[in-house]
This record gives sequence, structure tokens and C-alpha cells, in this order.
Amino acid sequence: MKVAVVRFPGSNCDADALHAARLAGHAAEFVWHRETGLGGADVVVLPGGFSYGDYLRPGAIARFSPVMQAVIAHARMGGPVIGICNGFQILCEAHLLPGQLVRNAGLAFVCREVTIRVESTATPFTARYAAGQILRMPVAHGDGRFVADEPTLDRLEDEGRVVFRYVGSGPNGALRDIAGIRNEAGNVLGMMPHPERAVEPLLGSADGAPLFGFAAALAVIA
Amino acid sequence: MTPFLGRVRVMPRAGLLDPQGHAVAHALAALGFAGVGDVHVGRTLEIRLDGENAEQVRGRLREMCERLIANPVTEDFTIDAVEAAP
Repeated sequence: MKVAVVRFPGSNCDADALHAARLAGHAAEFVWHRETGLGGADVVVLPGGFSYGDYLRPGAIARFSPVMQAVIAHARMGGPVIGICNGFQILCEAHLLPGQLVRNAGLAFVCREVTIRVESTATPFTARYAAGQILRMPVAHGDGRFVADEPTLDRLEDEGRVVFRYVGSGPNGALRDIAGIRNEAGNVLGMMPHPERAVEPLLGSADGAPLFGFAAALAVIA
Repeated sequence: MTPFLGRVRVMPRAGLLDPQGHAVAHALAALGFAGVGDVHVGRTLEIRLDGENAEQVRGRLREMCERLIANPVTEDFTIDAVEAAP
């Protein structure tokens, strides 16, 4: 599969995401934020970092990048898009996912490994996991507390759109311990933990590796 | 076209957890300021822009807030002032 890893000024997990995608056997390339196309990519990764310095709100400025128009069009056509950390914040600001990521309840930037549970396998990214599977991977964020109004939270739960949930004491006070959600169609996933930093045992965990095995997963969805 | 100065205030929505406000309230108490209640931290933007009149400028500021400056999920905005630019 062709994978586009979007680079914004301030992205800092872009190289990790590219590595993770290539390790999974994909032809992955960077796409600069000023590009207006995605180079024919099948899958888009919005990596972590601090796009535009997190000015105004994390993701608020990146949302208006030229490349985001192409990402939004790709998503609307059912193309798989994953936003990790800052990428998740951008997807919320772009209204491809509901809710918002706000300052961690404890105010501190949290950088540690967390335990999450797979709640939904109905995305191209989680089809290779088992429902209820427990994963270990790092988080590294200051604004990762997922919030949405109660009706939105209820709808996410009812429609099975909570994809990952923190197990035990979560890092940020996210409502209902939400670590990742998907859109209605299931092709857009946003998550705060970093699967691209957990793709080899050398990194302390390889639990994120299956998430980058899109080819088999896409076949399952199709 | 006349140069205007708009002042826009963005605040966390009432009732939502405001950890920054809590931290400032605690710090003020630690400094010995008695009787400090809730504190909320927001932001103010001063925007210079040309417009036909104050009403039209206010409308444009509102659109800016809705599209970019405030996030309707967690924030409320108020246009505090629209005045002739100094």
C-alpha cells in the first residue's frame, strides 16, 4: 500500500510513523503540508508533534493547511486516515472526528507507557487486533484529555466508535477513559497513544505493529 | 473602509474542568491571597481590521471566532469591543 505521512512545521513523530509503515512493508513517503495532493496514497497518517507550535489550540492552525483539504477529501471518499496524538487533535479540529483534546487534567505533560484496551476492531487499523485485547504503548502529550458533550459521548459508545480506552489510571483525565475514536464509517481513527513508537521489541513494545498492517485489514473491511 | 480594532475574549465553557484556573487559584492561595474563589483562564485577542462600520466588523469578528478563534466544543467567545483603530 502507498502511505502518506503528512509533515507539518512542528511534526516530530513523522520519521517514526514513516519507519513503522515501511517496517510493515508499505511504500511510505512524506507529504509536506503545503502540498495540495497526497501523491496517490491509499492511507494517510497525521503524525504526532506540535504543528504550528500548538498556537491558539493544538491542531487549530494545521487544519487549514493546503494538504488538509486533500486529507479531508480522501477521508470523505472512505480513504483510511489515522491521526496520532497531534494528528488526533487535527482530526477533531477539522471536524472529521467529534469532540476535542484539551489540557491534561493534571496539567503536566505526560510521557510514559500506558495500557489500553481495543474496544473496536471495525477500522482498517484495528482489524488485526482482537476485541478486548490489551496493548502497551507510550503516550507523550500535554493536551490529551478527550472531551465532548454527553449526547456525543453516548452516541460514540452506542455506535461502538470508542476504539481504544485507557485501562487503570489514565494519563489525562479523558472522559470515559477514551484514548481513541473512529468516525461513523470507520475509515478515520484518532488516538492519543503512539503505536508508531511501539513497533519492535527493541522499543519496549511491539503492540503497535499490527496497527500498521493495513493491507490485510483493508481486505477484511472490503 | 475604516480601520477598526476588535477585542475578542475566549473563555473555557462554564462547568467544564479548567485545570489552569484551578492551578492559578491554588497558587494565589499559596501566596496568601485570602478569599480567592474560582479562577478561569482564557485569552484575549486584539484584531486590527478594515470595515464599513462597527456592525459589519462585529459580524466578521463573530465569523472569525466561529471558524477559527474559538472551539465550539469547549469554549465561548465574547466580542468585548469594536472601536476605531488608534
